[in-house]
Amino acid sequence: MGRYIIRRLIQAIPVLLGSTFLIYLTVFALPGDPIASLAGEKRTDPTVVAILREQYHLNDPFFLQYWYYIKGVFVGDFGTTFAKVEVSDLIAGKFQVTINLAMTALILEAIIGVGLGLWAALRRGQAIDSAILASTLILISVPTLVTGFVLQLLLGVQLKTSTGFDFFPVAGVYDGWRSYLVPGFVLAGVSIAYLTRLTRTSLAETLRADFVRTAVAKGLPRRRVVGRHALRNALIPLVTYLGADLGTLMGGAVITESIFNIPGIGQELFRSVYERQQPVVVGIVTLLVLVYILANLFVDLLYAVLDPRIRYE
Amino acid sequence: MKNTATEVVPAEGGLGNDPLLAVDNLHVEFATRAGLVKAVNGVSYTLNAGETLAVLGESGSGKSVTAQAIMGILDMPPARIPLGEVRFRGTDLLKLKEEARTQIRGQRIAMIFQDALSALNPVFTVGWQIGEMFRVHRGMSRRDAETKAVELMDRVRIPAAKQRVNDYPHQFSGGMRQRIMIAMSIALDPEVLIADEPTTALDVTVQAQIMELLAELQRESNMGLILITHDLGVVADVADKIAVMYGGRIVENAPVHDIYRTPGHPYTKGLLESIPRVDQKGQELYAIKGLPPNLLDMPSGCSFHPRCPYRQDNCVTDVPELYEINPTRNSACHYWREVLDGTDG
Repeated sequence: MGRYIIRRLIQAIPVLLGSTFLIYLTVFALPGDPIASLAGEKRTDPTVVAILREQYHLNDPFFLQYWYYIKGVFVGDFGTTFAKVEVSDLIAGKFQVTINLAMTALILEAIIGVGLGLWAALRRGQAIDSAILASTLILISVPTLVTGFVLQLLLGVQLKTSTGFDFFPVAGVYDGWRSYLVPGFVLAGVSIAYLTRLTRTSLAETLRADFVRTAVAKGLPRRRVVGRHALRNALIPLVTYLGADLGTLMGGAVITESIFNIPGIGQELFRSVYERQQPVVVGIVTLLVLVYILANLFVDLLYAVLDPRIRYE
Repeated sequence: MKNTATEVVPAEGGLGNDPLLAVDNLHVEFATRAGLVKAVNGVSYTLNAGETLAVLGESGSGKSVTAQAIMGILDMPPARIPLGEVRFRGTDLLKLKEEARTQIRGQRIAMIFQDALSALNPVFTVGWQIGEMFRVHRGMSRRDAETKAVELMDRVRIPAAKQRVNDYPHQFSGGMRQRIMIAMSIALDPEVLIADEPTTALDVTVQAQIMELLAELQRESNMGLILITHDLGVVADVADKIAVMYGGRIVENAPVHDIYRTPGHPYTKGLLESIPRVDQKGQELYAIKGLPPNLLDMPSGCSFHPRCPYRQDNCVTDVPELYEINPTRNSACHYWREVLDGTDG
């Protein structure tokens, strides 16, 4: 097991290097001049521009620029923004916010998605099953932008003004964990729908398995047959989906954080792309890749715990 | 809850002359998209304590469905039992409430399945799965249940049971897995054990060992054994009597030796003749002509008539009743006398 983990972590190194390179290249290829956009509408002294360009190696060829960057990364220097803020400091504070948001989304997704999926699977072919399936279809087809603004309006504005009920803050992160509820739900929306469907299929399939028939033949109560024998097997694919989805959720935070004005890395990423802050973009994306890799490793390890037929050597 | 259940559950001992288990005129049908599939059409058989009944038939003959109806593990719907009784010590199981039925299932009537790998839960240890019988039905502690599981694994002769009790099903060989299945089924000393093709998925050498084990366990506990199979070879050594099924009906039932000596139904005869024999080496293998009946569209009259060498005109129109050949034998063939005499129609 230990050797397996080490091997997986070593495998992650080329993936991380490759992704930094690609992101660096993409930002490099963006049109426009970062120094000019830094100055905004004002005219800038050409000598200042020249000094800044020299300082940030902007006149060097691409590979040399990338080399300077990656050399810094290896000694723990992730570069600075054009406003002289250390990228690592900038990301650190915002990363926590996004993690909170993504975790809220993941928990909501697990509870609602698995719950609805189980409900549908146990009432297959009945009205509630059809209703759940139809609502997942709606959730999948409506874009996050729409659900986000609609919920913001309904819960944050109309519910508050008409009834005075003010439980769901819909902007900023000033109300502790409650601030993350609505944004978390919006972020998780599409995933909830997929997870519901996956859960329904997985349990329905497992309920037809031979070992479930055996459990019935053992004279076990129905609750035990479903709750222990079937569910334990049906959960395995769901865990895989949830783990891989953490990465998707953190990436999806770019839109959600903009709608709800949440100061996380999603919002920062958006701004940095706009301002061509290469080190910030590369730093954030690399961090997302790292989260994705670690989440997948965790899922693979969990897999071995849930399914004894899988062993890593 | 438990009290109401035990009231209706038939007492040990039983009432008067009732056999241990009696299936009487059982009908099972499945509602499918293609139409109503009549899988079992009036099956009757009885089983006494200590007796082994072999139910013989090809796939789709209704032998497994009958067994599942006895166990009460059919999915209803799509399955439906429009007619018939399953009497266990005189009580019709089909009329019992689910609650009472659960008390009998697994504890007094148990079942083992064909493919032990898929029939055992892959994510729990074998000890946990055997021990579950004691934990759920007898309220034992986890530790006591595991001790019981080891005892049972010893009893079905799994080597090093104590070390292997915490292994998972996939870590055992096919034969050992079937032994675990058997250990689980006999855990609470059932009065009836139904074995649904218990050796079909196994090597020939292992098949013999498993059959021997079943026969031995039966002798020790005097339970009634229903052995469902399509393999005539498996049957001869262990069965007391045989019921041959075709198209959802019993076409012949008889003590085992009578059937082998003089089959009383053309289908049974065809089955026996299709066993390859060394003294016929080089000759073409015998096969019953034609295909098994389509359960959605059963042939008129005797359902075997399209494949039958003894067919006469009335076979196409008249459904044969189960004629009594002698007090221990029946055959559902209008021309059972000719079949017994061996004269080809």
